[in-house]
Amino acid sequence: MNTRGRLLAWIAGLYGIALAVPTGLGVLLAAGLPEADLAALMRILEQRTPVLVFGALLLLLAIAIAVKSIFGGHVDAARELAEQTRLIRSTNAGLQLTARGGELAGVAAAIEELAGAYRELQRDSESRAAEARSRLEEERNRLAALMSELTQGIMVCNAEGTLLLYNEQARTLFAAADANARRPLVGLGRSLFGLIDRAQIEHAAHRLERSLERGERQPSARLVTVTAAGRLLKVQVAPYLGAGARLAGLVLALEDVTELLGRETQRRSLLQLLAARIRAPVANIRAAAENLAAYPEIEPQRRTQFIDIVSAESNALSVTINDALREYADALKAALRLEDVRVTDLLEFARLRIAGALDVATELEEVDDELWVRADSYALVQAMVHLAARLRDEHGVRKLGLRARPAGRYAEIDLVWSGKIVAGDALTHWELQPMEAGAEQTPLAVRDVLEQHGGEAWYWSEGVGGLRSGGFRFLIPGAERAAAAARVSGFAQSRPEYYDFDLFARGALPAALNEARLAMLSYTVFDTETTGLEPSAGDEIISIGAVRVVNGRLLRNEVFEQLVNPRRALNPESARVHRIDAATLGNQPAIGEVLPAFHHFCEDTVLVAHNAAFDMRFLELKQASSGVRFSQPVLDTLLLSAVAHPSLNDHTLEAIAARLGVSVMGRHTALGDALLTAEILLKLLPLLAERGILSLGQALEASRKCYYARLQY
Amino acid sequence: MAKKVLIVDDEPNIVVSLEFLLRQSGYEVHVAADGEDALRQVQAVAPDLVLLDVMMPEKNGYDVCRRIRARPEWSKIRIVFLSAKGREAEMTKGLSLGADAYVTKPFSNAELVARIGELLQERGAPGGA
Repeated sequence: MNTRGRLLAWIAGLYGIALAVPTGLGVLLAAGLPEADLAALMRILEQRTPVLVFGALLLLLAIAIAVKSIFGGHVDAARELAEQTRLIRSTNAGLQLTARGGELAGVAAAIEELAGAYRELQRDSESRAAEARSRLEEERNRLAALMSELTQGIMVCNAEGTLLLYNEQARTLFAAADANARRPLVGLGRSLFGLIDRAQIEHAAHRLERSLERGERQPSARLVTVTAAGRLLKVQVAPYLGAGARLAGLVLALEDVTELLGRETQRRSLLQLLAARIRAPVANIRAAAENLAAYPEIEPQRRTQFIDIVSAESNALSVTINDALREYADALKAALRLEDVRVTDLLEFARLRIAGALDVATELEEVDDELWVRADSYALVQAMVHLAARLRDEHGVRKLGLRARPAGRYAEIDLVWSGKIVAGDALTHWELQPMEAGAEQTPLAVRDVLEQHGGEAWYWSEGVGGLRSGGFRFLIPGAERAAAAARVSGFAQSRPEYYDFDLFARGALPAALNEARLAMLSYTVFDTETTGLEPSAGDEIISIGAVRVVNGRLLRNEVFEQLVNPRRALNPESARVHRIDAATLGNQPAIGEVLPAFHHFCEDTVLVAHNAAFDMRFLELKQASSGVRFSQPVLDTLLLSAVAHPSLNDHTLEAIAARLGVSVMGRHTALGDALLTAEILLKLLPLLAERGILSLGQALEASRKCYYARLQY
Repeated sequence: MAKKVLIVDDEPNIVVSLEFLLRQSGYEVHVAADGEDALRQVQAVAPDLVLLDVMMPEKNGYDVCRRIRARPEWSKIRIVFLSAKGREAEMTKGLSLGADAYVTKPFSNAELVARIGELLQERGAPGGA
């Protein structure tokens, strides 16, 4: 029942009692009176009815006034006092109580005394905490300095691929050459898979897991990736160990090798490429020339033919050399992907992939455990899966064996099956097709993979009659057992500048975002500055500021701040508020360019703004022209504040900030307001939790109800 | 009767020289420009030795080699690969598939003729020359 209802109930109740008492008395007195007296009494009452009614009305008025005053002075005040007291305990111990006068004044004074003592206690523990923090901060700064000294980019992610740590170098490596271009972003709580191909990372993780199971110390894997800006990165991946030495995450050390390609490597691969292409023409020239030399009596027609061959082939050769010089860069990239891999691991992955993608049973037979190859294990496994798929689809082969043994400088890897005889030419055909395994597709063919490895593959068969068996044999260059790769130096001890290891504990978000816990979500808190208040009347955004809140932390170095050219005149009144002049805006990008970048910044987060409906309206009106839709859930700090404090009426940014003890600075710039809103959001979350609002779904539902309540009000 | 050599190569500029060289050395020379043609000629001519280029469009030299080795009646035919690819892996593949020799381009005419002579000598005289 609401306050008004209770007030009426009290009045009605007391009035009922007040009337019941004289009526009851009258009935008791009248009972048993002689007939004549009773008649006389009734007559008197009838004559005095107006007086009685007047008395009854007067009584009602008196009771109403009394109840109202008690309610105003005590009941309402008590409720407000309770709410403010809760606020003192939870958020702002310095809050001034508004309950003055009445009987509650004493209670309020007592609470304020208690609050004073509480504040004292809080200050004491705060000062101790601050001391500890400053020590920690000092240590952190020292170590952050260390981290930034590293020339390598460092990133750490948990098992879900969420970034927990990065340093500035890592961010620079993935930055685009053009600042406005859409690019994957490095940020806490963002996905690593936006930066590096997921399959490549998962492959590296599988390999590390295998190495860990075998008890290898300091295992690591390498991969090469190309960034959106076209930089070639060499990535060394080491495991981040959780409880029980299980793989809890990955540590990635990144190095830009685009320009670091050594001259030696360049010369070597150039030679290899040239060697392959000049053999045939030189053979043609040499054979012709030797014929000319060996048979001087040769008939003139033949002689001319041989001389023509020599001349034509030499010309072709110079073209080949020029082409080779142009193409050598591509060949280098391919060569970089090779690393030393244990064949047992390679085949184990092949087994898993074949079983997973094809439902074909595989078995490891006769594998030399100390056999290593120099390979791009990912591509090589893809090649095996492709061949297994063809065998299954075209010959119904459902069971494969894998064998490996050393063969001179090479490793012989056999994919064998029995019973089915496959035409030897099949491999020639299959190895030229683009590889395909389940959903994965690549333009590369098995032949390309073999070329890249300097390896070969062929079909062989043995046995006679019905007992035949056959297989594909891969010949892959061998490698020495890989030396344990150097650990990322200084990492174990140091605390880098951008990190949040609590994210380790965070699992994947529930399938239904609605059930996600508010405290664990990633938010983009934003604010816009505009030319005016009416988007439908042509008002435009002139500035967007946003900051990320991840895992309950405000990430001050992950911000978005962009002025926007509104392409219309500025209204002098609003210009006074935000102090941005037309000349500054003239050089800025238009909203059509800014919104896609902002949309990208907000990816996979919940949007938060103060009075969000206003900002969202501006964004929605630009949906068609900018081509981006902000479809994620939106929370409004104005509504959340009203949900947290239903009996308070002032929910402006300033009032909430004062109430929750957030200091106000840099207001009326989009980023300044976004930062303030973000701090308020962080203070509101525990208050909402006290009211049982824990999930995003609950917060949205409560906001919706509150919104309608305010509308009706 | 002269021994028969089948040259299989899609590059006319080497075929011209090889054909001349082998004729001068006293062999009966046949030429095929691709893998299919090569198999037809093996059937028709029954050569003593096949000089087989690895890199050809459609059916490559390895396939031709495998087809020849798959037929018992052709088991006596000598096969020499001629290849512009000189890596160990390719040589191993060629020999594994049943070739008798693997010659890398460019080669010396004199050495090639000597090698062919050796291979046909080992055989004795199947044609009764």
